Amino acid sequence: MSAVNPVARLIAALLLALVLVLTIDPVSAGVALALELLLFPFAGLRWGEFWRRTAIVWIAAPLTGLTIVLYGQRSGRMHLEWFLVQISDGSIWLGLATFLRVLAIGLPAVVLFARVDPTDFGDGLAQVLRLPARFVLGAFAGIRLVGLFADDRRALELARRARGVADRGRLRRLAGLAFALFVLSIRRGSALATAMEARGFGSGMRRTWARPSPFGLREWGVIGLGALLAGIATAVAVVTGSWNLIVG
Amino acid sequence: MPPVPAASVSARGWGWRHAGRRAWAIRDLDLTIEPGERVLLLGPSGSGKSTLLHALAGVLGDADSGEDEGELSIAGRAGLVLQDPESQAVMARVGDDVAFGCENLGVPRDEIWRRVPAALEAVGLGVALTHPTAELSGGQKQRLALAGALAMRPGLLLLDEPTANLDPAGVVEVRDAVARALQSTGATAVIVEHRVEVWLGVATRMIVLGVDGRLLADGAPDDVLAREGAALAAAGVWVPGHEPAPRLDPPPRPGPTLLTAEDLAVARVPDRIVRSGLDLALAEGEVLAITGPNGSGKSTLALTLGGLLPPTAGRVLASPELAGGAGPEPIRWRSRDLLPRLGSVFQAPEHQFLATTVRDELAVGPRALRGAGTLPDAAVAAIVDPLLDRLGLAALADAHPFTLSGGQKRRLSVGTALATAPRVLLLDEPTFGQDSLTWAALVELLDAERRNGRGVLAVTHDERFLEALSARRFAL
Repeated sequence: MSAVNPVARLIAALLLALVLVLTIDPVSAGVALALELLLFPFAGLRWGEFWRRTAIVWIAAPLTGLTIVLYGQRSGRMHLEWFLVQISDGSIWLGLATFLRVLAIGLPAVVLFARVDPTDFGDGLAQVLRLPARFVLGAFAGIRLVGLFADDRRALELARRARGVADRGRLRRLAGLAFALFVLSIRRGSALATAMEARGFGSGMRRTWARPSPFGLREWGVIGLGALLAGIATAVAVVTGSWNLIVG
Repeated sequence: MPPVPAASVSARGWGWRHAGRRAWAIRDLDLTIEPGERVLLLGPSGSGKSTLLHALAGVLGDADSGEDEGELSIAGRAGLVLQDPESQAVMARVGDDVAFGCENLGVPRDEIWRRVPAALEAVGLGVALTHPTAELSGGQKQRLALAGALAMRPGLLLLDEPTANLDPAGVVEVRDAVARALQSTGATAVIVEHRVEVWLGVATRMIVLGVDGRLLADGAPDDVLAREGAALAAAGVWVPGHEPAPRLDPPPRPGPTLLTAEDLAVARVPDRIVRSGLDLALAEGEVLAITGPNGSGKSTLALTLGGLLPPTAGRVLASPELAGGAGPEPIRWRSRDLLPRLGSVFQAPEHQFLATTVRDELAVGPRALRGAGTLPDAAVAAIVDPLLDRLGLAALADAHPFTLSGGQKRRLSVGTALATAPRVLLLDEPTFGQDSLTWAALVELLDAERRNGRGVLAVTHDERFLEALSARRFAL
């Protein structure tokens, strides 16, 4: 999977997500999830890595589902009522659908985007999707600055202690720190912008790209697979009568 | 690198004034630089050297950034290497970063990948094309920036204090790479530097700007130095043979120990130990210099001794005299308690600035020490005004700290520590970016502080600084 153009991976994940947010029913999400679980072993991710990277999805999905069960729209038989908590047939059904939906959208998104190299992704966005170079490289530079952000924050905290102003209340201290970080980030950003400008960026000349961003059969295959999954999930849901369009 | 058509430069009555400033950064400049000349551009700090260089590179900005007068033209393309190694790498991988400039010029892909390895070879950077740029040393990062500029085949190479933030080994690395590249390409070059001796073998012409941004001297390096050497030195330029030699009395005998480290291990981020097993002591009245190559943990040690980073192992202990009732371990002190005891000056002055004017910046410490609002303005002025004079910043008292030059910022950050009269001063590279006058003033200032019963600890690469103060060395 890591050899597939990140743009194709993005499109495949988007296709699945798009279809699954159109409806809230357990069947479409369940079918999609089952098919995805069959495909994950072929994504080139080791199991350890798979669990580590998707852990957040496995935690978020039941929590979201449970919230809907407890507070979701009531319909059908009531099971429990306690203050704002209302558990009914309808809310259980909705909760289950949400739980499966978070998994069916979240897992492939994480798997498809594990190990995406930012440079490759930027190349794809600019060369395959033809997004403006200014936008793509600006975003890329921004990501790079995030790495420096953590260092700056640490240095600023030490500096404030050294200047004798770190005994103030926590809130005031944090506000001051946030503002200083903001100023520093802008300065770093403009320094990087100067460096980019000095290397001819934004000169209005037609830009070339040093790295090719190949988009061929393999990429269309991944997109096709995403479309096929989305199609099957929709078809099964429609046939079993559980499809319920939430928009339109 | 193959030869390039060398560029020429012409200035006619040119000047530039930064937005929001009353004074012109540079004015009435008449100058012609012929193709293939290698110009060393000198001047005291604040003389507009960087402004001229940025103008030549075309990165000075538009009408919002300032106004210009007269004419400045370049026949050819310019490539610029900046001072700060950290903010120049654009891409995540070495090869991609060198390619970045070529891409912007619309160079075809095949040609780019012929130029990239050639440029890396020209600067002697022998790492893989996929090597992460973030993992390079300071000297390597500067050579990468140089390679990125060279790959664009500039007829005019502009270098803005490319060695100012490097250790001595890094300085030689970068200087040699520049010399080699100019030799093979034949490009015109303009180099801004404080340290003349580094570039003497490379430059073919020397241009000196005065403090008011006007031309002071121009000619062959040896001639300019022979004719104007003394005058240049008096104007703050570092001239070989005319180096500042502050006449100090013999250093005082060190008094009682103020601060000790026992079997100390230091880490910037918890658990990533950079250095361990350190034992040292700092006494009243002495200057202790922490020396060693980049990345050896000098700054981290200074931060730990300054009560800012917790020791990973071992202990930092303040003598009862220094602690004055605040407990033996500085890391446990309140932030305010540090002020009269341990004054730390960071390597990046920007990190320490909190106020919007130079005057207020110096008042932050005294105010925090006395508690907000309890220090009358007259008392603040009594502390701040003499300090402004000693630091040579009186004329800039109302300027925003961020708008100062690199050398001025550094002096201001030293001043912020002095304002609360700490018993121990811990300075990280205090002489970076100083012209020879401000350098000498700083040496005299620190000498006075030590005679005043303070202990001074300095992280530094500056041999002359160590000798002038007869510093005791602690090598990492």
